Amino acid sequence: MDDLYRELIIDRYKNPHFRGSLEPHDISFEDDNPLCGDHIRIDLRIDGNDCVSEVAFDGHGCAISQATADLLAESVLGKSLVEVKLIGKQDILDMLGIELGPVRLKCALLSLKVLKAGVYGLGEASDELVEN
Amino acid sequence: MIDHTLKTALDVARIKMDFPIFKREVHPGVPLVYLDSTATTQKPIQVIQAMDEYYRSYNANVHRGVHTLAEEATAAYEAARQRVADFINARSSREVIFTRNTTESLNLVALTWGRTNLQEDDLVVLSEMEHHSNLVPWQMLSAEKGIRLEFIPVTKDGLLDLDFYRKLLEQMPRLVSFTHMSNVLGTINPAKEIVRLAHQAGAVTVIDGAQSVPHFPVNVQDLDADFLAFSAHKICGPTGIGVLYGKVDILNAMPPFLGGGEMIKRVLLRSFTPNELPHKFEAGTPAIAEAIGLHAALDYVNQVGMERIAAHEQEVISYALERLEEVPELHVLGPEAKYKGGVAAFTFDGVHPHDIAQVLDQSGVAVRAGHHCAMPLHEKYKIPATTRASFYLYNTTDDVDRLIEGIYNVKKFFG
Repeated sequence: MDDLYRELIIDRYKNPHFRGSLEPHDISFEDDNPLCGDHIRIDLRIDGNDCVSEVAFDGHGCAISQATADLLAESVLGKSLVEVKLIGKQDILDMLGIELGPVRLKCALLSLKVLKAGVYGLGEASDELVEN
Repeated sequence: MIDHTLKTALDVARIKMDFPIFKREVHPGVPLVYLDSTATTQKPIQVIQAMDEYYRSYNANVHRGVHTLAEEATAAYEAARQRVADFINARSSREVIFTRNTTESLNLVALTWGRTNLQEDDLVVLSEMEHHSNLVPWQMLSAEKGIRLEFIPVTKDGLLDLDFYRKLLEQMPRLVSFTHMSNVLGTINPAKEIVRLAHQAGAVTVIDGAQSVPHFPVNVQDLDADFLAFSAHKICGPTGIGVLYGKVDILNAMPPFLGGGEMIKRVLLRSFTPNELPHKFEAGTPAIAEAIGLHAALDYVNQVGMERIAAHEQEVISYALERLEEVPELHVLGPEAKYKGGVAAFTFDGVHPHDIAQVLDQSGVAVRAGHHCAMPLHEKYKIPATTRASFYLYNTTDDVDRLIEGIYNVKKFFG
């Protein structure tokens, strides 16, 4: 239990730093995790150098999904869109520092899936975006 | 001196020990000679144990659960999907849909891709050697949508008439659906060429791989097939689970098949959003133990080696055809050994196949009698039924000898 719910995760779940919304925004995308009903929306503002100048997320769901979204938001701040596109599954796992089974992995990867679908300008998010 | 053939030959005696069923006697003192693998194969202990292990130690429903058992069951179920993808060389496990069997896979294509993409007078090309499972779904769709069906004829040698096929392609069919290997004639069709020609003509292709995937290496990327269907129980796996492989772009563009849990992303009272591949086509609790059994079955045949299994069957069917042809008044259907897999369907003048099968059973030889779900093919040859002996990795030329002895017994009985 301690492994799964590291202090960092509980803290970010209870006191997220990036929860909110951006109006106006340059990129906004949202999606659900059909397995447990988690929902995440991510808004981004992009500066003249194609870098993320502001980021916010909102949604509801388990601690893993919400804390990951908050940590991911923090990590993309200042990154170029090219760098954001390179974020992968392993980066999320490293960020969380925990082992996850196939079911909870979906919770952890929802925010990355949403982020990437938004940055790539896709109509729909797909698991393919977070496979590697 | 090392005999080169020994390195590749199967150690059938050892393989047989993996299959508990061969320990039984069919009748007191009469061991089993199982020559009905085209209908269903026997199961090695590895498959039985894998399924048993699931029920004993991590039985749980897949996907939504968070508890340990659910995580383990989900991991095993999805590992099975990946195993199937690797086995047929699919680009991704998303291209692997679990169904009940080959029949359901073919119906899925007809009822989703077919219903969406085919209109009145569109042409679907099938062949005369199809199993009912690749005829009836299209006939049903024809009744519903008014599509036209044409058939690649079977030559008197038991091969597909590819010249006639080329002519059919001039009519620009929308779909070509055909069997990779006939379950009656044993004919192995040139699938890669059939697919290539179909694609040239702009048609989508479906391969019924029920008899091919278990018996020789099948590589979907090499074949370039748009869809491939097969069943677990014909490849040492359990009944109740089959596979539909489909190219990801085509699957993505298709509407869902059955509605229910797991195939949805979001549900409102009056509408729903379908889930992503492959879950979009898997409504309801899937066959979890069976997927795990299929995984073990693919590991098993893979460990033996698909090339070696194919070579072994080629050896057994060549010997079987030789021996069967010695028997007066016996006629084997289909092409010569080099064009076929391990299937020998035959007629025996004056004796009905059911009587042949009954007498053979007395000596422990299990064969199938009937039309083998290919009535139009039997109609073409003007025979009501045949007796079919089929071979797999656990059969030997000794089994063929037992069959031939049995057939002489039949002759004594009815002759």
